[in-house]
Amino acid sequence: MVWLNAVLQGTLVGGLYALFATGLSLAFGVMRFVNLSHGDLAVASAYIAMSLSATLDWNPLVILVIVLPGALVVGYLLQRLLFDRIVGVDPSFQIVATFGLGVVIENLLYEKYTADTQGLDVGSLKLSGFKINDKISIGWLPLITLGCAVLVLSGLALFMRRTRLGRAFRATSDDADAARLMGIDIRTVWGVAMAFAVATAALAGVLYGTRSSFDPFGGPVRLIYGFEAVIIGGLGSLWGTLIGGVILGVAQAIGRQIDPQYGELAGHFVFLAILVFRPTGLFGKGQLR
Amino acid sequence: MTDAILSVESLDVVYGDFQALFGVSLHVEAGETVSIIGANGAGKSTLLNAITGLATVKAGTVSYKGASLAALAPHKRVAAGIAMVPEGRRIFQSLTVEENIVVGGHTARSGPWNIDAVMAAFPLLERLRRRRTDGLSGGERQTLAIGRALMANPDLILLDEVSLGLAPIVVKQVYDAIPTVKSNGTTVLLVEQDVKRALDVADRFYCLLEGRISFSGRPGEVSQERITDAYFGLPGSHSSGGR
Repeated sequence: MVWLNAVLQGTLVGGLYALFATGLSLAFGVMRFVNLSHGDLAVASAYIAMSLSATLDWNPLVILVIVLPGALVVGYLLQRLLFDRIVGVDPSFQIVATFGLGVVIENLLYEKYTADTQGLDVGSLKLSGFKINDKISIGWLPLITLGCAVLVLSGLALFMRRTRLGRAFRATSDDADAARLMGIDIRTVWGVAMAFAVATAALAGVLYGTRSSFDPFGGPVRLIYGFEAVIIGGLGSLWGTLIGGVILGVAQAIGRQIDPQYGELAGHFVFLAILVFRPTGLFGKGQLR
Repeated sequence: MTDAILSVESLDVVYGDFQALFGVSLHVEAGETVSIIGANGAGKSTLLNAITGLATVKAGTVSYKGASLAALAPHKRVAAGIAMVPEGRRIFQSLTVEENIVVGGHTARSGPWNIDAVMAAFPLLERLRRRRTDGLSGGERQTLAIGRALMANPDLILLDEVSLGLAPIVVKQVYDAIPTVKSNGTTVLLVEQDVKRALDVADRFYCLLEGRISFSGRPGEVSQERITDAYFGLPGSHSSGGR
């Protein structure tokens, strides 16, 4: 029963990893762009939610109605004003520029909020849940997080399949120059893709902040988990991202069940095993699907 | 010249240290079919890329309907009425046949072509409508690329090496589609290595040799020998033919 519980709790944590990974997968799928500041943007969103929550005296989850639209705008502007200049050029420019942006965000957060750890107070929701039996219980917050991941990925999948802009996303992902020959404004596509990416990072950041403490320098760790979920699921595959997040979460939970210190290590081992035996990930082909 | 839908004047295109086009000038009148012939590496595709905006122009001008295209991004040139069937087809792999056609109409430019008109003109595509594109033959992919470009309702369509890599019988089928392409008055600028095919459908032609126009004329008014000389850069070929 303890193993079943580990798998269940790992699956729920996997929802959070999938949310961290969704934006990375989207940005890579549409424009082959790797944003190393993704985790820092998520942590910054948690801080902004904390400040707004204190100012407005609203529940941090309700604050999402402000944070998410704001993140969409920030993502679009980041792409148009900064990232557009480094898409399609030497990848080292992407690494240096986005790593630099991450450092700037971390230091701004440090200046504003100090290095003290913080958390988002969602009241009794944090510890409430329901029991399946004497040994297995499920928390509402992890369940909400997994539900958000499924909802976001379902929404994105529908958007890709059913809308004109979604088709443009997929065409741009396949062949950006050919997409331009179809009359697609690929800079707008890139801008919208980054807007979605930052919004999902913000959602992940706020949900993370409701269940764990965070500090200004926690972004890179979130980035690593996101990357591992993307690589396990397969680059550019949205549903693969969810599966990748769940596999990572389950691996960590099982590792932790063996020995509390093995949790993160087990996740990294699974990630490395996928890199060695299936470098394209479980569902990845490089394009958005 | 007054009816020119496309004018290219003294065009230079440079890739890094390599100059691909040297002072290329040509014009295409509305309703014409003009072929650009030339050997591999002559600069034909670069010329089309400069017209669509995919290649950066170093010097010279490209004008469409009397206005310079310099300030227009590639997607705006499509909205203005210039569509292209690119070399290698460049079909979108993650889209179905139908989605590929629909995405060709992304600009929603008004005109006679829509998904039903394309399917009616190319019944082959109707049969393949729901298929993924990775299993399509070369001829099916080329037909799809042509149908997709028509969805932009272009006034000028650029066809880049439409016969490349296709079996002769398939090439014939593809060239048989050109009257369909032109059926609504669309002007055609065709780039081709297959000289005979290109000249058979052309009202006029230009020959490109190592980035320069080496010869131009009307197919019926110029001897095969002079065209061959211009194509291969043999002595005495740098002149203008029929016009």
